[in-house]
Amino acid sequence: MSTLTPSIEHGGEHDDHAHGHGHHAEPHSLSLLWALPTFSKDHKVIGLQFLITTLLMLMVGGALALGVRWQLAFPWQRMPILGDMAFAAEGGQIAPETYTMLVTMHASVMIFLVIIPILAGAFGNFLIPLQIGADDMAFPTLNMLSYWFMWPAIACFATSFFFGGGPASGWTSYPLLSALWEAAPGSGMAQNFWLLGLTLVGVSSMMGSVNYMTTIINMRAPGMTLFRMPLTIWSMFITAILQAFALPVLTAAGFMVMADRTLGTCFFIPSGIVVNNAAPTVGGGQPLLWQHLFWFYSHPAVYIMLLPAMGMVSDMMACMCRKPIFGYKPMVYSMAAIAGLGFIVWGHHMFTSGMNPALGMTFMVSTIMIALPSAIKTFNWLGTLWGGRLQFNTVMLNSIAFVSMFVIGGLSGIFMAAVPVDIYIHDTYFIVAHFHYVLFGATLFGVFGAVQFWFPKMFGRMMNETLGKIHFVLTFIGFNCTFFPMHLLGVAGFPRRYADPYHFPYLEHLLPLNQFMTCAAILMGIAQFILLFNFFSSMFIGKKCGRNPWGANGLEWQTPSPPGHGNFDVPPVCYHGPYEYSSPLCHDKDFLPQTEYVPLEQRVAIANATPH
Amino acid sequence: MRNAAVGKFWAIFFTAVAVLAVAVCVVAPDYGWWFPGDGRAHSTLGQKIDDLFYLILVIVAVTFIGVNAALGYILWHGASLPSDKKALFSHGSHALEVIWTIVPAGILLFIALYQMDVWAQYRIKNFYPKTMEPVAEVTARQFEWRIRYPARGKKLMPTPQPDDVYTVNDLRVPTGHPVSISLRSDDVQHSFFVPELRVKQDAVPGLVIPVWWEMTDIGSFELVCAELCGWGHYKMKARVVAMSDEDFEAWKSQAAQEQFYDGVSTKDGELVSQSEQE
Ligand code: HEM
Ligand SMILES: [Cu+2]
Ligand SMILES: [Cu+2]
Repeated sequence: MSTLTPSIEHGGEHDDHAHGHGHHAEPHSLSLLWALPTFSKDHKVIGLQFLITTLLMLMVGGALALGVRWQLAFPWQRMPILGDMAFAAEGGQIAPETYTMLVTMHASVMIFLVIIPILAGAFGNFLIPLQIGADDMAFPTLNMLSYWFMWPAIACFATSFFFGGGPASGWTSYPLLSALWEAAPGSGMAQNFWLLGLTLVGVSSMMGSVNYMTTIINMRAPGMTLFRMPLTIWSMFITAILQAFALPVLTAAGFMVMADRTLGTCFFIPSGIVVNNAAPTVGGGQPLLWQHLFWFYSHPAVYIMLLPAMGMVSDMMACMCRKPIFGYKPMVYSMAAIAGLGFIVWGHHMFTSGMNPALGMTFMVSTIMIALPSAIKTFNWLGTLWGGRLQFNTVMLNSIAFVSMFVIGGLSGIFMAAVPVDIYIHDTYFIVAHFHYVLFGATLFGVFGAVQFWFPKMFGRMMNETLGKIHFVLTFIGFNCTFFPMHLLGVAGFPRRYADPYHFPYLEHLLPLNQFMTCAAILMGIAQFILLFNFFSSMFIGKKCGRNPWGANGLEWQTPSPPGHGNFDVPPVCYHGPYEYSSPLCHDKDFLPQTEYVPLEQRVAIANATPH
Repeated sequence: MRNAAVGKFWAIFFTAVAVLAVAVCVVAPDYGWWFPGDGRAHSTLGQKIDDLFYLILVIVAVTFIGVNAALGYILWHGASLPSDKKALFSHGSHALEVIWTIVPAGILLFIALYQMDVWAQYRIKNFYPKTMEPVAEVTARQFEWRIRYPARGKKLMPTPQPDDVYTVNDLRVPTGHPVSISLRSDDVQHSFFVPELRVKQDAVPGLVIPVWWEMTDIGSFELVCAELCGWGHYKMKARVVAMSDEDFEAWKSQAAQEQFYDGVSTKDGELVSQSEQE
């Protein structure tokens, strides 16, 4: 099995390439790319399939967001280009039901087709076997299916646009808006397709989750003990557990609304409700039940959308400041704490919902306490940076941005976790500011860094640094100018999901600020083409690099770039944790690959010399 | 040394973002990017909510400035490390971990416990004010607010009475003592939100939810819907008008009179025809 601690006698064996299972010729640098259109069961190909799909979906989600921003800055005016294409019939103008559709689909695409699959699907797939020293995932076929189930999901979401203007009950899909066909133009067939798409994404995630857990538990290389795993692996592991326990609840809830909609059950529908002159409902159900089920999944899901980025940033940061992670175990424990607490805080989305008010108290305490592990992680990142040899490259800048933006998102969480204050700011733009700071500010910047960091492993070439920095600066400035003012809008009582807020006198004066935000958002949108250009062009013209361009410790850097089928030349053996940068044991370099054996006497001598 | 200069630039870059964020918040009230109206809450609980908000704001601001100062310093320091020096080799510090676990835990726990009172008063029956006047039943529907008041001198009944007074998108309440409404929805979920009172409560189909507050000032305050309820969600524009007790009673009589006016009036006991009136 995998967790054997190797005895010192094995030392040095891995250097000896002669008795591995043969020499593979170094794979062609575009070998993964050519495999994209196949039903490959190779985890690296699947990871790349996820990555490219989600990057494209990022552009789709971004376009939808620009529609929202346009309407908020120039209500009811013709939207050039995008509007002309999509809403030609309305003269390029966004109708109110279209606006609610845009809000709904922007969030749905970003959450279900971008953030979740780019973290677990793309990086989880690509990195897990490489970093634990396995030749592939435990269940390669399941893995292949988990990617290909994304396409029916995407197809369902896409189809939903063609019915009644598209689903428009928000990504949260609260009944009765989502349960009664007559409730809105988008509550008909469009809502069915939306639910179907959601279920399929869930199936895809679940297949991934089972696979990741099994792989991480069973397939670690000899010597890769739990506490020698890179934090990326820990985060993927914890995320997979979250998925496995939370997702069934959402899937069940989805089936229940579907049954309410099509089979005449009434899980969520009370009696005697008349919507749009339709016949009164038979009823007996309770709409709040949906909120409980939905958030029981979706709160853990926000951590599914964050933890892997936390893990990856930890890895990148240690490497880019040539220094061990500060407090490795506290980092692991705090991720575990976040995951554990994450299951008992869902009610903080429901403070004003009319649920039993006593619950408001307990959910408030658990929610505020979840800020604690978040704070601990932040302090440990600062500790990691402290005294490091900082390399201010694109990877590092995005990682620092991750921490700096996460601080803002975490702190705004405290306002909302405080129930009385949340009474006021719930469902205002304050919430929108909060989750964009964590999901975009933290996660997405982390992902930008990760793309730049692991790209060489995918293609044997580096991405362009200058373009990377330009993309970073434009996105970072655009991001802050777009989203920071949302806190202020929230304090001003600016409600979410309003097609035209400005006919309320108390919001009139906020139009210029919104126009500024929209300009920043457009800048940010355009900047993403730089990323795409850099990503795709670097595959062909990027600077060639070897196996370990960053001088990093992880097992993945011992493989060829890109790794061939089966990944490693010889099955790797792991001798230390992944963060031994600048260790006295490193000799002439400043890193110590996990596979590099250091004789016992030397370790003892150094250990005696350094106090613990 | 070019590298050091580049590093210092980024240290300043990240610090500048934090400085700007604080600066924007400081000037925000001057531009009206802050609490609506005159910036004060016009209900008693609303004022307590504002106090809690400002308390959290202070704690958060101190933390934010502290963390960003540390970040800026660390980046600056890291950029100026001489190029022949290795990074500090350290796996962490147990003492620091303990400190930065216990101190924030204490602060966070304090924040949580400190909120309890206001929440209890807002939502938990045992902590409600002793006397409270149920003024109206407010029913949200796509896309308006329907309001039903009991007749002058009568009590609000759970079901409509023949002499009830109705308004649409116009909720009148007396000022200076606690009032409550029964919140319902006719169709999908909505949310009753009066920004200047800091009151918000979802209207859930199938439930009747009591909401109370006490107006501190006379005036008119905007009422909006805060839960996505369909394409016209943004249109549910209404107002809450706070009146003195006398004005409120007078308004109710007059509203009742207008509502039950059958097109025929009497003058000195004589019928006055429609045409003569005009
Ligand atoms: C410091 C820890 C955090 C705290 C205390 C916190 C607290 C909250 C609270 C109380 C709400 C509900 C507010 C409302 O609707 O009135 C909320 C919403 C939200 N949070 Fe957090 N949060 C934290 C971290 C995060 C993280 C790390 C993420 C994601 C990566 C996240 C994503 C979201 C999202 C997406 C919503 C809004 C969902 C919606 O209504 O559409 N939060 N948060
Ligand atoms: Cu949550
Ligand atoms: Cu509404």
